[in-house]
Amino acid sequence: MTAIAVGSASAQRSALARARAWIANPWGRARFLVVVSWAYAISSILPVIIAIQFSFNSGRSVSAWQGFSLSKWYWGDPTNSVWHDSTLQNALLQSMKLAGLDMAIATPLGVLLALGLARWRGYGSGASNFLMLFPLVTPEIVMGVSLYLVFLYLFTFIHPSTLAQVLGHVTFSLSYVVVIIRGRLFSIGRQYEEAAADLGATPSETLRLVLLPLLMPAIFSSLMIVFAISIDDFVISQWLSCGGACDTIPIRIYSATRGAPLPSVNALAAIMVYFTLAALVSAYLLFRYLTRGERPAAGAHGATSMVGDMGAF
Amino acid sequence: MYPKWLWPVFAIPGVFWLLMLFLVPFYAVIGVAFGGVDPIFQSPVPAWNPLQWNFDSALNTLQGFLPGREYWQVFLRTAEYVAISLASCLLIGYPVAYYISRHAKKTKGILLVLLILPFWVSYLMRMLAWVNLFSPDGYIDKFLIWSGIAPHPPDWLNGNPVSVILALIYGYIPYLILPLLAALDRIDKSLLEAARDLGASPFRAFFHVTLPLSKTGILGASVIIALPMFGDYYTPNIISGSPRTSMLGNQIDIFFHGGPQPSVGAALTLFLSVFLGILMIYYMVTIAKAQKEIPS
Repeated sequence: MTAIAVGSASAQRSALARARAWIANPWGRARFLVVVSWAYAISSILPVIIAIQFSFNSGRSVSAWQGFSLSKWYWGDPTNSVWHDSTLQNALLQSMKLAGLDMAIATPLGVLLALGLARWRGYGSGASNFLMLFPLVTPEIVMGVSLYLVFLYLFTFIHPSTLAQVLGHVTFSLSYVVVIIRGRLFSIGRQYEEAAADLGATPSETLRLVLLPLLMPAIFSSLMIVFAISIDDFVISQWLSCGGACDTIPIRIYSATRGAPLPSVNALAAIMVYFTLAALVSAYLLFRYLTRGERPAAGAHGATSMVGDMGAF
Repeated sequence: MYPKWLWPVFAIPGVFWLLMLFLVPFYAVIGVAFGGVDPIFQSPVPAWNPLQWNFDSALNTLQGFLPGREYWQVFLRTAEYVAISLASCLLIGYPVAYYISRHAKKTKGILLVLLILPFWVSYLMRMLAWVNLFSPDGYIDKFLIWSGIAPHPPDWLNGNPVSVILALIYGYIPYLILPLLAALDRIDKSLLEAARDLGASPFRAFFHVTLPLSKTGILGASVIIALPMFGDYYTPNIISGSPRTSMLGNQIDIFFHGGPQPSVGAALTLFLSVFLGILMIYYMVTIAKAQKEIPS
């Protein structure tokens, strides 16, 4: 009897010790790190997947599963689905409008600014470089308050509106474009342009035929980043909003969570995720196509450098 | 090769944009914070001329941060939330970044993609996900009841600081891990090999080589998430919406959206910026010092 008890206790202890040894794994890579890393990676994405799951709920709850319905909250429900609820539809359009205009303005402006700041040496260049960094570290609420106040008291010809929102979005996206483009500028160096000039290209030809194509991958990364941070933005859009007509998707999500949310809000948020993923995949393919001559061999490297580029912020 | 005037001309539109829509607006905050108040309508009258600045009301607001006064509690709570969230982010984020930079070989690509993925999902959507999970009939409460851990789960969504801090951690940790990963990737691996060759145990090598070398990376990543966390107001609003969990950002939000005195809000914004500015300067000084210490 006692022997069995002692035996089972020692078996238990050895099982515990074995488990500890397995985790610590003294002769290989520490499994503790493997467990933590995968647990983090999965838990960072699982809640989002669950939120998307509820956009397919057949009932009206966003927290209890009541059965699968593919289309109800996307277009099936005649009043509350994204397609039929005009406030949700409007939010989707407004988000796309802001992101599109932001991309169209901030990217060219940022490319020019990056070129200028990287190569202009003279009075004011240091201060401008310094100024460019500030929007990156300023909390959004400070930027939101300051833009709100400046449109209220100083630039009174601009009212809270889509225009004000676009101006705000460009202001905080600009520095991201500059950082990405400048990184690429430094990594390509000046030798290609010098070679072109030696071979008789005019400055405008060098810019158009040498520098611009070399910058293309970074320009596409910038477009993607600007799209992502614009569509993600809540604070600036809210502070410069004109009310219902200016509501973006994040603003709708925000106001819905404080009332009684329907799965249609989840559907709206999910649509945004689908859009972003589609954009991401197409950008990745395009990026691979644009840098096809620069990789020693196709493989994981392209993916990592793309990921690195996109995670530049 | 290029004409000399070309680069300044390229820079002018962007610099002008930032002057007009970043610097001037910030000056507007100062003008409103140090301006007067209309005696009849109680609306702020901004003072654009520094000579006309009136510091009385701003000083009054500043005194509100003294122990026991109206903003003391909020300030303390903000600092506490940020400190706990930041520490937890580091405790989770550092091992993850370390693993990916050092040990993950075949799985590095997929782990990187998983790490970047949250960047491409809207922050508000990720918060919505937690509202769904924390609901009284949500998955978390179901699990707690089913497993018997807590037969009567707490109310997560109305003024519960635990869920606000959890949401802050979840929301900001991706922004911490990536810079941390970049910093760990930059560490010269031959230094570690040297430490091991000279007889240091893996733990000793970690604590005497890797950790000191990643100090600036840790600091940088912490600043990157601490700055926006100090200005956050939407996370507590979404997850709790109760004054019991309101942070500095909420205080500012209240003063502008429906609140009585925008000039007090402007003063609070100004103090927040100054406070964060000091944090930034401390960070930059530390980085500069560290770069002097390590001959590259």
